[in-house]
Amino acid sequence: MQFPILSVIVFTPLLSALIILLIPGERKTEVRVTALAAALLAFLLSLWMYFNYDTAAAGYQYIEKYTWLPALGISYHVGVDGISAPLVLLTGLVMFTGVLISWGIDDRPREFFAFLFILATGVFGVFVALDLFMLFFFYEIAVFPMYLLIAIWGWKQTREYAAMKLTLYLFIGSVVSMVGALVMYFAAGMNTFDMLELEKAGFSTGFQQFWFPFVFLGFAVLGGIFPFHNWSPDGHVAAPTAVSMFHAGVLMKLGAFAALRVGIMLLPEGAKAHMWWIILLALVNVVYGAFIASVQTDFKYVIGFSSVSHMGLVMMGFATLSREGLIGAGVQMFSHGAMTALFFAVVGMVYDQAHTRDIPRLGGISRVMPYATIAFIIGGLVSMGMPGFSGFVAEFPIFMGVWKTYPWIAVVAVVSIVVTASYIMRIIRKVFFGQVPDEHDGHLSDNTRLDKLALVVLSLVLLILGIYPSVMVPMVETGVENILRLLGGA
Amino acid sequence: MTITPYDPSVFLAIVPEISILVVLSLVLLFDAVWQDEQRRNLGWLTFAGLLVTLGLSLTVARPSAEGALIFGGMLRHDNLAYVLRILFLFGAAVTALLGMDTPNLGRRGEFYLLMLASTFGMLLMASAADLIMLFLAIETTTIPLYILAGFFYRDDKSTESGFKYLLFGAMTSAISLYGFTLLFGFSGQTNLYGIASGLASGQVPVFSVLVAMLLILIGFGFKISVAPMQFWAPDVYEGAPTPVAGFLSTASKAAGFVVLMRFFVVVFPGIEQYWTLVIAVVAALTMTIGNFIALAQKNIKRLLAYSSIAHAGYALVGVVAVSELGINSVVFYLGAYLLTNLAAFGVAATFYRVVGSDEIAAYAGLSRRKPGLALVMLVAFLSLAGMPPFAGFIAKIVVFAAAVEAGFVWLVVIGVLNSIVGLYYYLRVLNVVYHYRSEDEEKPLEITPPYALALVLLVAGIIVVGTLFAPFFGLGNLAALALF
Repeated sequence: MQFPILSVIVFTPLLSALIILLIPGERKTEVRVTALAAALLAFLLSLWMYFNYDTAAAGYQYIEKYTWLPALGISYHVGVDGISAPLVLLTGLVMFTGVLISWGIDDRPREFFAFLFILATGVFGVFVALDLFMLFFFYEIAVFPMYLLIAIWGWKQTREYAAMKLTLYLFIGSVVSMVGALVMYFAAGMNTFDMLELEKAGFSTGFQQFWFPFVFLGFAVLGGIFPFHNWSPDGHVAAPTAVSMFHAGVLMKLGAFAALRVGIMLLPEGAKAHMWWIILLALVNVVYGAFIASVQTDFKYVIGFSSVSHMGLVMMGFATLSREGLIGAGVQMFSHGAMTALFFAVVGMVYDQAHTRDIPRLGGISRVMPYATIAFIIGGLVSMGMPGFSGFVAEFPIFMGVWKTYPWIAVVAVVSIVVTASYIMRIIRKVFFGQVPDEHDGHLSDNTRLDKLALVVLSLVLLILGIYPSVMVPMVETGVENILRLLGGA
Repeated sequence: MTITPYDPSVFLAIVPEISILVVLSLVLLFDAVWQDEQRRNLGWLTFAGLLVTLGLSLTVARPSAEGALIFGGMLRHDNLAYVLRILFLFGAAVTALLGMDTPNLGRRGEFYLLMLASTFGMLLMASAADLIMLFLAIETTTIPLYILAGFFYRDDKSTESGFKYLLFGAMTSAISLYGFTLLFGFSGQTNLYGIASGLASGQVPVFSVLVAMLLILIGFGFKISVAPMQFWAPDVYEGAPTPVAGFLSTASKAAGFVVLMRFFVVVFPGIEQYWTLVIAVVAALTMTIGNFIALAQKNIKRLLAYSSIAHAGYALVGVVAVSELGINSVVFYLGAYLLTNLAAFGVAATFYRVVGSDEIAAYAGLSRRKPGLALVMLVAFLSLAGMPPFAGFIAKIVVFAAAVEAGFVWLVVIGVLNSIVGLYYYLRVLNVVYHYRSEDEEKPLEITPPYALALVLLVAGIIVVGTLFAPFFGLGNLAALALF
């Protein structure tokens, strides 16, 4: 039997959460060290998994299957394909850097890391799940720790409101999808929740067209699709730094990924019938998100809305149902995850020093925080889709795909790139290179080594992917081939 | 269904009942013999006695797969009764633990005595197959509970609680008794299976059967506190001693459900399309009323009371399906809910003993004051909210799955929308526990061994049922097969 790498990745955070809970609360250093060790282990395992994925063989790999509740055809069935393997790696990456950045949390770090790791288990579980029930099981595990993480450790002014809003939005989405999933289960009549089996269920076209919007939108809520994106900027802003990173970096991908896996892959006919309006919603995300981001004065809200805008590109890539669009969306999920984690990390560091996120009151950060400045510029270039950075590798195919299907939408969507460039440049100029306001003069100091390490790791990932796309694109392509096959070669 | 002729071996079927009577006599004896400070040990005695009874019912009193009508048709010894017995005995055992250190309760022999008597009634309710037996069993269960609810006779709220429970209970009991007499009149029989074949002859007008059904539903609906018979629950739970409230909301409710399922599935198959619709409407109302009123509660026991109303609604969703999966899911739900709600009431009991308050606001800072207790509360409340990896999640999914299978998608939609409302108020309590600060954070909060044992048992149960659900689901399936 091969080494059950995926199960080990999924349960490493959970087990370490339990171990952390057993450490007495006042021994904070032990808690942090345990957390870091576990996160590093999960990161290395996911790296190993990623680089040992056999792109030539394609398909689902590292498969493990055990019966769980045979009476209802529920099994513990995991495996990764070209779409989910990068996302598992992303989760490992964000988990590792998130722990590095959260070193300074002093209020009950034990509970903080335990909840964060339970969240991580949920996320890993969804990305590797090949069983529909299992997917929901882990999906909801990922939802509730979020509430407590934001409500307890978040930004004082909005945390309770934002945490509840976020949780309810996500829960509504997931239960709506769940009803759809139950209906699919019984309609298939195969007594199985196995998604690989359900793909062959041959649902009637009418059935698919009726249920697709519920299933897709239910998950897409977590992907931040317009008009259900509202929870996301509030949630990002209220959350503590590591949670924002997790949240924008990984959780939103969870929604997009589940919408793809369950919505598009199990109900392909429904997808074909409804995609014209999904792509319009995504277009609103892309353009509207960018414009809103450009008028924010709160540094973190800018990033929050930029996430909405970039996730719109993912949805748009999906909605093209074309090879280029899907490849771009797959890479964009990874690229945006790492990029936005980097952004939120920098925002958190700036806030910790300056105690304000109000852009007009910030300035001259580059003099004290060179690492953060360079990291933010790299992130910014990724965000603008500059060639040589991962954003280009992701966005260019998406626009190609959109151009092939709906040319005028591509034209409108490209506007967002200009707007994005404008707000990123504005921030770089004002926050990092502007005048140091008197109130901060001499009070600011540089980041810790751990913070710098996190920034370097995230920046490197973005650069490597930008300079050498082959590290990911062929893998994503294999996953896309499978989706196209389900769509009937569309 | 033919009645098995008398044979001494039928006594094996009621070994658990006999065992409870033995424990009950022992409690009576030691209550007289022991001094006041020793009487707390009655709790351990009850706990051990109930575990032995549980062991006996798992071994000696196992029914055959097809079940049998014994004692002249008074009892049906089948797997439905078998599985429910496990729940009742476990619930009563945990309640004994929770009661032990509750002031004015744990050192009173009457508490254990009445609770055992009530449990005895529940065991009979699970297997009663005759109108007379059924009525006696229901009364045997309920009358001790009236007294238990009003146990603190110097406390106005408790007295009110007992009295209110008595009045509502007696009233609804009388109404359902009237329904019983109608059924007897229609069929000339008191045995449920006999009545079923009498009604199946088709000579009784559907309308008359419907009337009898509605009357009986009122009585059963009271037991499981569903709308519109739910008014008593919050007041009674609030006033009753907390362990008793926990027992009322779990074991007693489960007993109501088992009678409801057996009675309706066995006696009324002919009018199934009507009663499923009635119950579907009742379920929708119950969930909605329970959840929405729970939103406004400031007292933890009242909140749990409304939440338990809502949960009765969810469980009814499974009853509506009237299928093997449906009954299976309800039994599973009852088990998961018993563990979860007892844990929630257990936390409330533990907390009340030290702090003396049931106000939700008083729970502020609990996670700093006693992280372990806060964690138990987290598990219990998230399980109530239906979050994985806890028992409540899978329980809710199977109940909804059963209803989807039976074509009640609209009911499931109402159910899932309700679970969102539920999540809101459960999270609000957790927010108080984890986020709010209070001046009492440094004060100690002692958890005595019985509480600790009970809570550990329950939390372990919630997690085990919520992750390795297959064996428990299998038990539910056994129970369901006994009805079809």
